[in-house]
This record gives sequence, structure tokens and C-alpha cells, in this order.
Amino acid sequence: MATDVMPAHSEPARPEDNYLTASRGFMSWAVTLDHKRIGVMYLIGTMTAMFLGGLLALVLRAEHLSGNPNTLPFVTHDVYNQLFTLHGAIMVFLFIIPSIPAALGNFILPVMLGAKDVAFPRMNLCSFYLWIIGAIFFVCALLTTGLDTGWTFYTPYSTNTSQTNVVLATFGAFILGFSSIFTGLNFIVTIHTMRPPGMTWFRMPLFLWSLYATAIIQVLATPVLGITLLLLAAERMFGLGIFDPKLGGDPVLYQHFFWFYSHPAVYIMILPAMGIISELISTFSRKPIFGYRFIAFSSMAIALLGFLVWGHHMFTSGQSEMVTIIFSVLTFSVSIPSAIKVFNWLATMYKGSIVLATPMCYALSFLFLFTIGGLTGLFLGALATDIHLHDTYFVVAHFHYVMMGGTLVAFIGGLFYWWPKMTGRMYNEFWGQISSLIVFVAFNLTFFPQFVMGSRGMPRRYYNYLPEFQVYHVLSTIGAFLLGFGLLLAAIVLIVSLFKGKKAPANPWGAATLEWQCTSPPPLANFEKTPTVGNPYDMNSVVWDPDTESFIRRGDVPTVKDEATPAHS
Amino acid sequence: MTQFWNLLNPFPGQHSTFASNVDAIFYFIFWLSMFFFVAIVGFMIYFMIKYRRVEGQEPESSPSHNTPIEVAWSVIPGFLVLGIFWWGFTGYVDMRSPPAEAYEVNVIASMWQWQFKYPTGAISDKLHIPVNRPVKLIMQSKDVLHSLYVPSFRAKQDVVPGRYSGMWFEATDVGVYDLFCTEYCGQKHSDMITKVVVHSTSPEGTTEEVNQTFERWMEIASNPLNDEQGQPLPLDVAGKKLVDTFQCAQCHSIDGTKKVGPSFKGNYGKEVEIVGQGKVLMDENYIRESILEPTAKIHVGYEPKMPSFKGQMKDEWIDAVIAYIKSIQ
Repeated sequence: MATDVMPAHSEPARPEDNYLTASRGFMSWAVTLDHKRIGVMYLIGTMTAMFLGGLLALVLRAEHLSGNPNTLPFVTHDVYNQLFTLHGAIMVFLFIIPSIPAALGNFILPVMLGAKDVAFPRMNLCSFYLWIIGAIFFVCALLTTGLDTGWTFYTPYSTNTSQTNVVLATFGAFILGFSSIFTGLNFIVTIHTMRPPGMTWFRMPLFLWSLYATAIIQVLATPVLGITLLLLAAERMFGLGIFDPKLGGDPVLYQHFFWFYSHPAVYIMILPAMGIISELISTFSRKPIFGYRFIAFSSMAIALLGFLVWGHHMFTSGQSEMVTIIFSVLTFSVSIPSAIKVFNWLATMYKGSIVLATPMCYALSFLFLFTIGGLTGLFLGALATDIHLHDTYFVVAHFHYVMMGGTLVAFIGGLFYWWPKMTGRMYNEFWGQISSLIVFVAFNLTFFPQFVMGSRGMPRRYYNYLPEFQVYHVLSTIGAFLLGFGLLLAAIVLIVSLFKGKKAPANPWGAATLEWQCTSPPPLANFEKTPTVGNPYDMNSVVWDPDTESFIRRGDVPTVKDEATPAHS
Repeated sequence: MTQFWNLLNPFPGQHSTFASNVDAIFYFIFWLSMFFFVAIVGFMIYFMIKYRRVEGQEPESSPSHNTPIEVAWSVIPGFLVLGIFWWGFTGYVDMRSPPAEAYEVNVIASMWQWQFKYPTGAISDKLHIPVNRPVKLIMQSKDVLHSLYVPSFRAKQDVVPGRYSGMWFEATDVGVYDLFCTEYCGQKHSDMITKVVVHSTSPEGTTEEVNQTFERWMEIASNPLNDEQGQPLPLDVAGKKLVDTFQCAQCHSIDGTKKVGPSFKGNYGKEVEIVGQGKVLMDENYIRESILEPTAKIHVGYEPKMPSFKGQMKDEWIDAVIAYIKSIQ
């Protein structure tokens, strides 16, 4: 499987070549089968999508500076509705879902496995091009009529009323779904078949466990979204009566179909983030992860329980009371695995040797923000309080704490962590830390006031609002611009490092997982020879070497041969 | 200072029988969450400081798992969330079990207006209800999803086209409260705001804000052709009142500007271009037909979006609306 994955245009590799220098020219990237290059292309793509989605959010927030509808003269009712729709759709479908698995995962997963590539490199490249095509559909929708249905495409508004190009956008989401399925399928097969000798399931790094759990959701849930969007397009184009009551359909059925995918999709977004945090906290505390098996199992538990809770998006929708009650109790069951992870991360820090490097700063921000995001979920899972809070800014704040404070912050933490490996350059540590501080403070300023205004009754997706909510909107808008600045600073720190950064050593952080054993950046085939597999969290296996300014493996660490010994013992 | 604390107060006033229970559950979850949040962040900061890296010193070894502790912090939160579920569940069952003697109001939601119909035949654009009496809303939508939300009552329910949705509440205080649409319904979703007016049932209970008893309000509202004292109004003034009640101005301007539908001003008595039918004179019959069967004649340049008001507008009310349209030419 390994020999046929060389890029089509590669020249004979020289030993000093890495994956970036092994071949040159546009085509060497455009038709590459190298998982690292595909990961980098995904990274550029998803970051562009995030930039676009972020700009839309800033215009939207600016509009809310005053309750007066003419804060920004060009933001009318229609423009506002398009702003929040496209912000949501772009962030969900083009950024968060592919961000960690397809960008970071693609790069890191095979290297972490000591493998030369993923199991199906061509399918991997195809996944990227599907992402590009899906993105083009979205951009076309944006540039022609826009889209004003909300990212949820709720019927019957989306099928019989909206004047915007809903069909174009749904096909975009449909194609992006396949991109996601291909990535998931590839990861499942890769993890099953390409683990190196000695790496049993319970000696896999937790990032791989989380990508595995994510991949299962991607493969099982995404087809349902595809079918739903096709039905929606069929109703809109041919008047097929599935969701529109005028044609004999049922709009609540659409909500069931949609959330059957989109709730598990929430875990597609957060699970890989949790995997990154497990790696970061362990490495920067210089301690084995605490409760490895509980964390691994909790990822799988979240993946499975995540399929059983979609109805909690519909407590006020008119679904039957009995169903509502069952979904409420199931919803609480999914909170336990997340709680276990948080406690285990904390316990990992206990008696550690903690260094507040930039990735760790982001990881600790995650811990703070995700805890708020998770705990506020309790208010929404409890029926009596959800009736009041549903569809208010409380919900907006809750999912931004989880999706942005959780996933995005972990993504940036992971990006800073693996940046030296991906680019071979060290970034400026001081400015990296400053960026994490700004992001942390600004994030809370942006979204905390939204909890208060939500529980006071401010509905979401409102262009106008009553004057009593203005103070919260103003705080939130100030926070949003500061947050935009913090993220921009993080981007600048990383980009500057490409030109001015020191050369990165193989293992700058002292992590024991396999990706730190190859050079930075990795050679085209990742490893000259299949690396030694030990306990991924045995921090004693690497020591600081002042000569190379890198951690190196202790010569005396015995290679673990006994497969029966689990990682945590 | 009080103003500052008010800003942090998470709730609008409690004005229904549900409100105090919902807020109690909220505060229970809040303090429980606060406990865990402070503990988690407290330990995090303590560990950050206490176990910060010291150059050249490896950390002393500590166990990498401890099954009893891990089981404990899986099971105990499990019981706590079951408790939260139970309290939320019982509160919800109350919210969804309307008493048999509830006063019933029909609600018709359409893009982007609310209309409330009472057993006497009265129609209003604000929801008027008696205090201290259970009220049941029987809701329908004419077009897309809407959701009726009264924050002060902690009550919300989606209005789904093609079926009736129900909700109930009992207001505990006379006053005027906000009523929002909370399910995105298109262009003017955020303008689909109205008020709930809670009336006293006895003259002593009236306030400056709501100075009519519920009975008195109903008497007047049942006949829109009369003024607030029950005296007959001039026909065009009554027409204006009906245009406000039915919120016609959401789509039809009264100053000649083009909105979703043609303006009321400037078209009466003129020939207008009709899709597929050429020029048609806009007279009394045209207006009447447009109210009862809006899609029969579609003005060129407009979408056939208007719902029919057949069965909602009585003949003498249509007379008044026609008189009003004539009066503003």
C-alpha cells in the first residue's frame, strides 16, 4: 500500500528532501497523493472559509451596535438574514466539520501511526476536490442570490417561500457531505489496517481514538443528511410533497431528518478537538494522560450516544410529549462522557511539570470555555428551562462556547502544536501566548453577554431588537472585533514564522507519540524505517538534548514487545 | 450599582404560574454548575501554579489511573443530571397539561403578523387575556413555521402549518408583556413582535397601563365598527382600525410606496395591469375580491403572496376597509 502513494511527479528523493521540497510546481500539489500535502491544502482551504465566515459574523455584529436598523445602511432585513445564514452554513459545512479531521488529522494521523500514508490516498485527494466543488457551490449561492433560510434549511420556508437559491446551497452541502464521508472511511480503514507492529488499540494516541470515533459518525450519519437534502431539493424543484403541508408533507419530519445528522455532526466537530486536548495537556504537563481507557471509551460512548439525542433540538417543535421526555433523559446521558474527559484532563495536570507554551495556553482556554459550554447544556437539556431558553441567544452563546470556545480554540492549539512539524519552523512563543490571551478574553466578552440577554428573552436570528437588549449587544460586538483581532494575531504569528522562524527540531515539546520521531518537516515517506512503538504517553522515554535543542529518545528505553500490556500501566 | 446588578439578572419578571418553578430549576442548575465550574477552574489554576515546570527537574511519578476515583466521577454526576432531568420533566408536564376550564383563544400566525380570535368573534393584533385564569392557545400557521414566545411567562411553542399546536399559561399580574416570534420565518421575522395585555377581571384591579377590565375590552373589541366607548365610528375611521388590526400595512403601504403588495394609495379608481387579464378597473368589487380571493387578480409586478381573509372579515368590515382606502387617495 505504501509504494504506490508517491506523488505522480516526484523526482528521485534525496535524503535531505522533505515532503515540501521533494517535488515542485503547481501540478505536484494539484495531483499529489501525499496525505501531508493534502492536509496542508485542506488547511489553507478551511482557513479561507473561516476568514470569510468570520467577516460575515463581524458585519452582523456591527449591525447590532445600535437597535436602529440603519447602523450599517447596506444591512437591510434581507442582508441580515443572509449574513447569519451564510455565517452558519460556511462555518459548519466548510470550516468546523473538515477543520480538525481533514486538515490536522490528514497530516498527523498517518505519521502518528508510523505509516507512510492513509489507506486510500486517491480517495483522500478526491475528498479534497469534493470540498473544493462544494465550496464553489456555496460561493455561487453567495454571489448570486445569497441564501436566507438559516443554515438549518427549515421547511416549508426553504421549499416554498425563500426567493434565494436554496437548491444550489443544498447541493453544495450534499457534495461536502461526500467529502466528509470519504475522509471518515479512509481514517477507519487506516486505523484498522495500518497500525504498526506493537500498537494495539489501547496503545493508540488518544487523538487517533477521537478521530476514529469521529470517522464512525461521519460514515454513519452523513448519508442521512445527503438523502434529506435531496428530498428538500426534489420538493423545491418538482413540488414533491414530503415536508410542505400544502402538498401533504410534514415540516416536523424535516427537522427529525435534519437533526438525525446534525446532532451527531456536533460530535464530528467536538470529538477531534477533545483528542487534541488530550495530547496537549499530557505533553505540556510532561505526564502520561490520566485514565487513558476512560477517555478512549468516552470518545466511543459520545459517538454512539450522540445518535440518540437529536430530538433535543425539537422540544418546542410540536413533536409528541413522550418523545420529548425520552430525548431529554437521553440527552443527559451524553453529558457524562464529556465530564469524565474534563476530570481526567485535570487529573493529568496533577503533579505534572506544566509549561505554558502557546498550545497549552489554548488547551487551558479550551478547558475553561468548554466547561462553560458543557454546563450551560444542562439548562437546555432540562425540559422546563429549555422551553424558556430555546431559540434565544442563550442557545447561540451555548453552542458558540462549545463550537468556537471548544473546537476552534482546540484547533488553533493543535495548529500551534503541530506547526513546527508541518512547516519545519518555530513561531514566536511570546506573541503566540499573547494571541491566546486576547482570544480568551475577547471570546468571553463576545459570548457571555449573550447568555444573559438570551435568558432575558432575546430571540435569535433577529435583525431588530428591543432597546433593553442594547447594552448586551454592544458588549458582544466589542468582544467580537477584539476576537477577530486576536485570531488575526495568531495567524500573523504563524505566517511570520514561515519567513523568520528558527528551524524546528524533530521534537520541540517532548511528546512521546510517533510523529515527533521523524524530522520536521517529515520526509516524503514519513519514516526511513518503521519506528519503534512504545507507550504514546511515556514522557520519560524522551529527554531534553541541549545540543540539538530538541527532545530525543532515551537510548535505554526498552521497546515494548508485549502486546498485552496496555498503555497506561 | 443596582443598575449594574439588574443587568446581570438573568430573567425578565415572573408573570405566570410557571415562572417561579422554571426560575427555581434554572437557579438550581446554575449553582450546581457554579460549584463544578469553580472547582474545575480552581484546580486548573492551582495546578498551573503549583506544578509549573522547573528547569531540569522531572516531575515525580504519580499514578496514571485510579479506577475507584474515575468510577466515582462518572457515577456521581450521573445521579446529579438525573435529578435535573426529573425536575425539568415534572415542570414540563405541568406546562403541557392545560386545565379543562381554560379560556380558549385561537391564534393565527402568518408572515409576519399575529392575529388572535376570541370566542365572541372579536379579533385583535395583541393578545388580550384575563388575569389569574388559565388560557389555552389553539394555534395555526398560514404559511411557514413560527413560534409564540412570551418571556415573562416562560412559555413557548412552535406554530406549525398544516396542524394545530396548543399551549397554555396562567398570567398572575395585570400588565403588558412582550410576545415574540422565535422561529425564523423569513424577511421580517424580527418585526413579528406584539404584546400580551393581561386585563384585570374586576374594576378595582385595573391599572393605569391596562385600564379596562377584560370584559369591557371584549365588549368593545367584539365590534370594531365602534370606538372605545362603544359609540359607532365613521366608516373610514373604522376601516383604518380594521387595517391596523389585520396589519394590512405590513405589505400594503398607505403612502404610495411599493412593499410586498401594491400600495393602498394612488390606485383606487384607476385601471391596473393584471397578470393574464390586461387592464382592470380597481373599484369596490376589485378590493372585495382581493380580500376574499387574493389570487384571482394579480397586479403585475407583485408575487401572489397574500392569504385569503374569507371567513375572517365580515361584509360590513370590508365596507369599512373600502371606505378607508377611498379616503386616503
